[in-house]
Amino acid sequence: MIQAELNIIMPEIILSLFAIGALLGAVYTSKDKMGPALVWATAGVFIALALWIGANGAGTNEAFGGMFIDDAFSRFAKVAILISSAAVLVMSQEYMQRKGLLRFEYPVLVALSVVGMMVMVSAGDLMTLYMGLELQSLALYVVASLRRDSARSTEAGLKYFVLGALSSGLLLYGASLTYGFAGTTLFSGIIQTAIEGHKSIGLLFGLVFIVAGLAFKVSAVPFHMWTPDVYEGSPTPVTAFFATAPKIAAMALFARVLHDAFGGAVSDWSQTIALLSVVSMFLGAFAAIGQTNIKRLMAFSSIAHMGYALMGLAAGTVLGVQAMLVYMVIYVTMNIGTFAFILSMEKDGQAITDIGALNQYAKREPGKALAMLILLFSMAGVPPMVGFFGKLYVLRAAYDAGLAWLAVAGVIASVIGAYYYLRIVFYMYFGEEPDETLDKSKSPVLWGFLMATAAVMVLGLVNLFGIESAAAAAAATLVN
Amino acid sequence: MRMQYKMGVDGISVLFVMLTTFMMPLVIAASWDVNTRVKEYMIAFLLLETLMLGVFMALDLVLFYVFFEAGLIPMFLIIGIWGGANRIYASFKFFLYTFLGSVLMLVAMVAMFVDAGTTDIPTLMSHTFGSESFSLLGIQVVGGLQTLMFLAFFASFAVKMPMWPVHTWLPDAHVQAPTAGSVVLAAILLKMGGYGFLRFSLPMFPVGADVMTPLILWMSAIAIVYTSLVALVQEDMKKLIAYSSVAHMGYVTMGIFAANQQGIDGAIFQMISHGFISGALFLCVGVIYDRMHTREIDAYGGLVTRMPAYALIFMFFTMANVGLPGTSGFVGEFLTLIGVFQVNTWVAAVATAGVILSAAYALWLYRRVVMGDLIKESLRTITDMTTRERVIFAPLVVMTLLLGVYPALVLDIIGPSVEALVSNYETALASAQDALQTAATN
Repeated sequence: MIQAELNIIMPEIILSLFAIGALLGAVYTSKDKMGPALVWATAGVFIALALWIGANGAGTNEAFGGMFIDDAFSRFAKVAILISSAAVLVMSQEYMQRKGLLRFEYPVLVALSVVGMMVMVSAGDLMTLYMGLELQSLALYVVASLRRDSARSTEAGLKYFVLGALSSGLLLYGASLTYGFAGTTLFSGIIQTAIEGHKSIGLLFGLVFIVAGLAFKVSAVPFHMWTPDVYEGSPTPVTAFFATAPKIAAMALFARVLHDAFGGAVSDWSQTIALLSVVSMFLGAFAAIGQTNIKRLMAFSSIAHMGYALMGLAAGTVLGVQAMLVYMVIYVTMNIGTFAFILSMEKDGQAITDIGALNQYAKREPGKALAMLILLFSMAGVPPMVGFFGKLYVLRAAYDAGLAWLAVAGVIASVIGAYYYLRIVFYMYFGEEPDETLDKSKSPVLWGFLMATAAVMVLGLVNLFGIESAAAAAAATLVN
Repeated sequence: MRMQYKMGVDGISVLFVMLTTFMMPLVIAASWDVNTRVKEYMIAFLLLETLMLGVFMALDLVLFYVFFEAGLIPMFLIIGIWGGANRIYASFKFFLYTFLGSVLMLVAMVAMFVDAGTTDIPTLMSHTFGSESFSLLGIQVVGGLQTLMFLAFFASFAVKMPMWPVHTWLPDAHVQAPTAGSVVLAAILLKMGGYGFLRFSLPMFPVGADVMTPLILWMSAIAIVYTSLVALVQEDMKKLIAYSSVAHMGYVTMGIFAANQQGIDGAIFQMISHGFISGALFLCVGVIYDRMHTREIDAYGGLVTRMPAYALIFMFFTMANVGLPGTSGFVGEFLTLIGVFQVNTWVAAVATAGVILSAAYALWLYRRVVMGDLIKESLRTITDMTTRERVIFAPLVVMTLLLGVYPALVLDIIGPSVEALVSNYETALASAQDALQTAATN
């Protein structure tokens, strides 16, 4: 019996063992000199696990009395998390090394936070949920302040930690209320209570607090305050990591909790999520207009994107979850490309984050500028780029669920959002001749990621690389 | 969501395809003197041509939207990179204005898909969308879902057209765009709005169109008179022609929403002919702009003494713009006016007044630029059109004359399609009326 259950959580076990082994090995041997090798090894393990989960997983398996669920939905999220984490690790290796930030703890911490994310998306119980969430968050708090000698980075880590602790508190409060009124922490038990008609006010209170805690993790307005500061203060590769895998994990967990535990109360949470969605889209769009720091701009951009993903969730249907998953995958791909570009923005070896430095960039590096142009239009949701199809899916899900007003609000916010993406295009293509120019980037890895994601943005319109049907299967197992 | 790459033409769209492929080589030839980033310039124009052709041929809703919107990207870059002094403002205004219009259409498209279960345009044309009135936020929506969808599409096409009062992006975009960009904008991009009305608004939402027709007719009449008056006071040649374009597009919307054979025939004819004429007028401005680097009307005068060939060609297209019989401009205006007279006499009367105003601004522009004495020192060395420029204008002159004296060339092609469009529209309206009456008697 225990054998079968261990088999189900085998990927998590392997990754944990790998992280512990790497930690011990590095401590007792060459310490930071192991850094680069460990980064590649960790990325390799991620990819291997992603392949294993993607190829081997079948059906719905529950372990430990339903506390841990391995189904198509969690596998979809896990593969996306593992691949995007591997991509960000590979991307960051050279940058971190040059800045002297590549301590061996970095890949280990990333690996541990990925274990946390994998547990999150498989959670079938409030305890599993909290355990995964905290494992993920604790590792991320440390990674945010990786640059120990920088006040900004330390501030980012501290701010993230304090606010993260607050949100965990909210979540725990909600979880305890839910336990109190449902009498169980198992999602399957909670949904049973709700369906049997005991949808008491206490249960709904618990739901609200859990939603608030999770909204913090996906940085939805009004729980977004930490995002710009943490994005700006953290080392850029870490920011890239924050913007990708943890967002998928948190969004998937969101869907899991709402549908598995509170699937009987769709009408109760749907309006809350719709509200989070609409304010996120608008605040993200408006607040990004004034930004001159590209990392802060990306922070607000990700807030707006989370708004669109939440729009899919707000629908509360299979279509909605499917749209959310498709949207998240597209969002993560775009962000990997964009951060590959940001990582390559340097002058005399110093990282530059001011978008004014991009003046007339297209003249000096036409290829990279074009790739970035494609990514920016994709993020703005202009067809034929794939970003448009992501928006189309969530719009359709929202309209289909009777949330036409949300769809209209979403498209209007996307026009406002288009302005700041266009502003970057404006600097790159129409700007004035700058006094000093950015260095020519020499990193083939970053160049490769930028070009590859831009190519995906254009070529993906053929059939979205089959993501749609995988997401449909994943969504169908979650919502029933 | 099943989307298909499905293309096709009918009697209406084939002409726009031909207009696009006819104009693009001329536009490229007119860009002879572009010498900054030539490679990117050509990429942008060819990409734009591809996307415009896609708009006119797409038979899938999402595919149409993709082409319709994607065209904004190359045009944004064309205005922004190769444009005039104030190009940044113009390019942003162009992009955001048209984008805002289109996204509402996107929501309506999603609604259509949810309602009909398909994005196939021919299927959607025979699908009847709900037209029962309902109240929304306390407002009674006559024509129900159809009216809302119509309005969403209208937001997009009216901006693209552009119709008064959402035309303000056009003068800026025209003035700041390079000559070739202005020509494409006037000759082809504006036609997407009119094409959209014919492909979507009329056949798919007949009840909605019927509800909104009086408003649109009056908006068109206002556009004709108001923008003609505005054109009278312009100091910049391109701006003047841009406003005249808005006025001419007023005839088009008027003709389309008259929803009878003459009106729609005239509207399509007017669009094609306006493609040639306004394209040629922007090229005329380009000819002297290339020499003097200014578009101020006051900077010119008496060009006829130095540039006789130019004076002749400019004269020809000015007359065509006014709608002189014998040129294609006349046929379009005349047919739309006939069409509207049958529907709304007052609108037709106001619009006819616009014809006089158009003569006023066009002839006055011609007089100030070409006639009079050559007193400006800077103009003494100006040279007449080169052979390349003459060759570019030749096909435009031929087409304008040919369509003016033998309009059947166009009307025969569009005839059957327009007839089907009108009869379907009337049947759909009648059956909606019947349904309403049965509902009332029950």
